[in-house]
Amino acid sequence: MPTIYFNDQAVECAENESVLDALIRHKIDAPYSCQAGICQTCMLRCSEGEIPAEAQSELKPNLRTLGYFLSCQCKPQSDMHVELPDSKQLYVSARLLEKTALSPTVTRLRLQTATPMYYHAGQFINLKREDGVIRSYSLASLPSEDSFLELHVKRMPGGDLSNWLADHFEVNDNIDIEGPVGDCFYSCENTEQPILLVGSSTGLAPLIGVVRDALHKQHTGPIKIYHGAFNQQELYLHQQLNELAAQVPNIEYHSIITGEMPEEIVLKGKGCDQALSDNSDLKGWKVYLCGAPAMVKSLQQRVYLAGVAMQDIHTDPFETRDMHKV
Amino acid sequence: MSSLFDQIGGEAAVNAAVDIFYRKVLADDSINHFFETTDMAAQHAKQKSFLTMAFGGPNNYSGDDMRTAHAPLVAKGLNEDHFNAVAGHLQSTLQELKVADELIAEVMNIAGSTKDDVLNR
Repeated sequence: MPTIYFNDQAVECAENESVLDALIRHKIDAPYSCQAGICQTCMLRCSEGEIPAEAQSELKPNLRTLGYFLSCQCKPQSDMHVELPDSKQLYVSARLLEKTALSPTVTRLRLQTATPMYYHAGQFINLKREDGVIRSYSLASLPSEDSFLELHVKRMPGGDLSNWLADHFEVNDNIDIEGPVGDCFYSCENTEQPILLVGSSTGLAPLIGVVRDALHKQHTGPIKIYHGAFNQQELYLHQQLNELAAQVPNIEYHSIITGEMPEEIVLKGKGCDQALSDNSDLKGWKVYLCGAPAMVKSLQQRVYLAGVAMQDIHTDPFETRDMHKV
Repeated sequence: MSSLFDQIGGEAAVNAAVDIFYRKVLADDSINHFFETTDMAAQHAKQKSFLTMAFGGPNNYSGDDMRTAHAPLVAKGLNEDHFNAVAGHLQSTLQELKVADELIAEVMNIAGSTKDDVLNR
């Protein structure tokens, strides 16, 4: 069994166990969130030893070269010496410019970094609080038009960072950010390609980024936006999206109210059904799916079966740490 | 004489075929429970490796790999009917893409040669 050396602690890694699981099992306080290889929160640096290829396949080349890897995706074959990422290499400081409540549970944050960050609208960044808690948030801003980074933060029940951001993170405060990450952004080579976007709750944030980018790049094909939320108040951009649809002929906006049931479950059925029954033949479409993981995964399969090419399906499931608690 | 892989059209042909093939497999209720997964993109990538091999292209499969990979499915009841259903989808995918009959026959031969390993016999 390989041994993991984390700082000065030696930890046995069981067969088929990830580095992250081994650290958690030994009660070592390592950062993590989605545990699915998506959020990159659990990134560590290997100072000695061999990194399995799959633990680096989703990282940018410069991070690979520096020895960074995703600990949740890393099942070591031999001993590894690992350490927490060097904050100065990965993180930059961002200042809160503006904070606005968009609904009873959704807060809009606008952040500014000292040097502009290069990103595509719809990608996500990781926010790290001083005590080391890290969470991912999608970018609703458009780099060519906005001088700030816009995030939509939803209060999660028992959520450590989301409630702190909503209640205690104030204008002019600073927070460390890292990124951008992800492939959920506008990438149509043909501006006439029809686009379907389905988001639940703050899954709307990356979708707004994608739509704004599409319009900025003079997209002329149909753009259909479906936003699902718990109740009318939580359709937090309802008015703006209705206005946008009225102004721009190729944009359609549909809202789906999920009601009292957990929106994760209802959206899986109801949201999917509406989006799919309106658009049964999706051959040649581009599709963006963001938010509740069950909804994202179910729709991913259904739009694929409805004819969308795999490479044209972009997903951003909002995996939350609480869902993975053992 | 160029290789089967090149005659079919190389990686571009695999890319064209994999979407159609995997869609047929997922839509087939007699076999799709073997392909249920939380990570569709990864499953799609596996199908692409399979097609690359069936097209006679560069691959890293050994008979033992095929056995190990399919053993859990055999335990869940994977049998010859399922194997033939998947092979049928491969064949109709190639026909849809208007691949020449003699090349289809070669691909089906390669796919068929994996049967004993896939079914762990």
